[in-house]
Amino acid sequence: MTTYQSTDINAFHGVWVFCEQRDGVLMPTDFELLSEGRKLADDLGVELCGLLLGDNVEGIAGELGGYGADRVFVCQSPLLKQYTTDGYTKVVCDIIMEKKPEIVLIGATHIGRDLGPRCAARLHTGLTADCTHLDVDTFKYAAFLNSASTLDVDNMIFNENDCGLKMTRPAFGGHLMATIICPRYRPQMSTVRPGVLKKEAFNPRKAEACTIEVCPVSLEAQDIRTKVIQVVNEAKAIVDLTAAEVIVSVGYGISRDVKKGIDLANELADALGGVVGASRAVVDAGWITADRQVGQTGKTVRPKLYIALGISGAIQHRAGMQDSECIIAVNRNCVAPIFEAADYGVTGDLFQIVPWMVEEASRR
Amino acid sequence: MKIIVCVKQVPDTSEKVAVKEDGTMNRAAMKTITNPDDMNAVEAALAIKDYTPDCSVIVVSMGPPPAAEMLRELLAMGADEGVLISAREFGGSDTFATSQILAAAIRRIGFENTDMIFCGRQAIDGDTAQVGPQIAEKLGIPQISYVFRMQKTGNVLEVRRALEDGYMTIQVGTPCLLTCIKELNTPRYMTVKGIYESEGKPLQIFDYETLKDDSMIESDTIGIKGSPTNVYKSFSPPAKGTCVMLEGSGKEAVGKLFELLSQKHII
Repeated sequence: MTTYQSTDINAFHGVWVFCEQRDGVLMPTDFELLSEGRKLADDLGVELCGLLLGDNVEGIAGELGGYGADRVFVCQSPLLKQYTTDGYTKVVCDIIMEKKPEIVLIGATHIGRDLGPRCAARLHTGLTADCTHLDVDTFKYAAFLNSASTLDVDNMIFNENDCGLKMTRPAFGGHLMATIICPRYRPQMSTVRPGVLKKEAFNPRKAEACTIEVCPVSLEAQDIRTKVIQVVNEAKAIVDLTAAEVIVSVGYGISRDVKKGIDLANELADALGGVVGASRAVVDAGWITADRQVGQTGKTVRPKLYIALGISGAIQHRAGMQDSECIIAVNRNCVAPIFEAADYGVTGDLFQIVPWMVEEASRR
Repeated sequence: MKIIVCVKQVPDTSEKVAVKEDGTMNRAAMKTITNPDDMNAVEAALAIKDYTPDCSVIVVSMGPPPAAEMLRELLAMGADEGVLISAREFGGSDTFATSQILAAAIRRIGFENTDMIFCGRQAIDGDTAQVGPQIAEKLGIPQISYVFRMQKTGNVLEVRRALEDGYMTIQVGTPCLLTCIKELNTPRYMTVKGIYESEGKPLQIFDYETLKDDSMIESDTIGIKGSPTNVYKSFSPPAKGTCVMLEGSGKEAVGKLFELLSQKHII
């Protein structure tokens, strides 16, 4: 058997997506990444494969085909039932070293962000975290750069034969964007936050045509050096901000009357068919649960409509919502930074403004 | 027993950011702080030290010379020793190369089976959350990330690691590496006594000469040459089109707003 060399670029082919499942349920981010992976695979003219680990998960693999996977590698073992760093890293790296994909995408969930770096280190390759945009085709990348930056793209030289993965991500809390490449090593690895990429429509024919390949797993109990004592899901329903079309978010501006502020946000959200989100300041103050936090250390959201109530608009908050289709800001301070990110703004006291908004929303 | 805490000095990105003409960050013009998640890691180490005899907390940072100031503050907080890893040869390192250098430094400091490494989950400038897990891989030790609760009994740690909608309770023995999040604890302040005592505490500098004999340190494993990832382009997003401020009394402004939203089929 030849030794694995991560610098042997030409030996690596194919686009893979690590598909996370918890308790036998696929994570929504898997479908988003497969949808994106499909485009990359088409641009490269290669196969898109899902990689699914777990115990008795063969039955859920077919759904991944519906979002674009040509093939799904299934690695099953009772030792993979619960996520452990040691177990999952070993199995993922073993199969990557055997089959050599050129690109591996992983959802930047709490688990993906634990697994990704460990694998990249073991495989001696590069990993770029929290990517917001991916391209392999140079012209598509140039077009993206033109729309997304102030750079003079028309006067830049691009190598049209360069089909490496260009991974764009925010840096410095979102103040800057950077495109990262991994030119000398393979696979090129990238994690992407849930809710950032668009999930395409489920294609039942593609699901039928998908090849499910159950692969041998070499994993012993002693390979895993941690012991999972229990997994606790919070009893209360967790809000899924990333799926919401309308988000009404509250910031520290509600501090004068926290209960009323949240009640008003709930009323407005109900009237618009949306959900309530919050800035970090509100979560840190303990007024709202962390699952509703939008921002750099919270969730990234792209709803049709984002309404920011009493949110000053710190860059870390904006990093989590600035790609929303329509942003409305309500703030007493007419020079609050949130207005730099918003499409529409109303200066005023949210405790007065929001009831009128609820009235208008209910009328229409 | 040693607890080695990896810390990073970062620009305070909650403040306005200084950007140079070429679009890259002007770090020199910015206020620096200890990365917030790393403060939780330091506090976690000090909390264990509070009730463990013969426990020494060593804070380690890879950075330019000004990072020594930060290490001094952490010594004043209660850490026993500081190590600054600083060399021109290490500059430009991505997470892979950085973790390589930190792992070599930790080996140089000395890492036993009863020891632990604590890191912050991620730094506010890179936001990758990669260095901690990569150090663990290179040292061949288990890792647990997103730790928000920790209890040590003998050589066994029981921790809770956060999931989006709950948590996992996990047991791990030493040696191990944990990455910490803000929910873990509230970092203590430096005291006057602490500042006074910190003056006598050792703060070493590791440069390229110090580490070059470690097998992990080669010219192609450090700095830009040792970084599998490189920055291809760096840019500022274009300023968004101006915000349309709705005028008039509150009620009028809201009326106009909803008229616009309705016309544009947003609602």
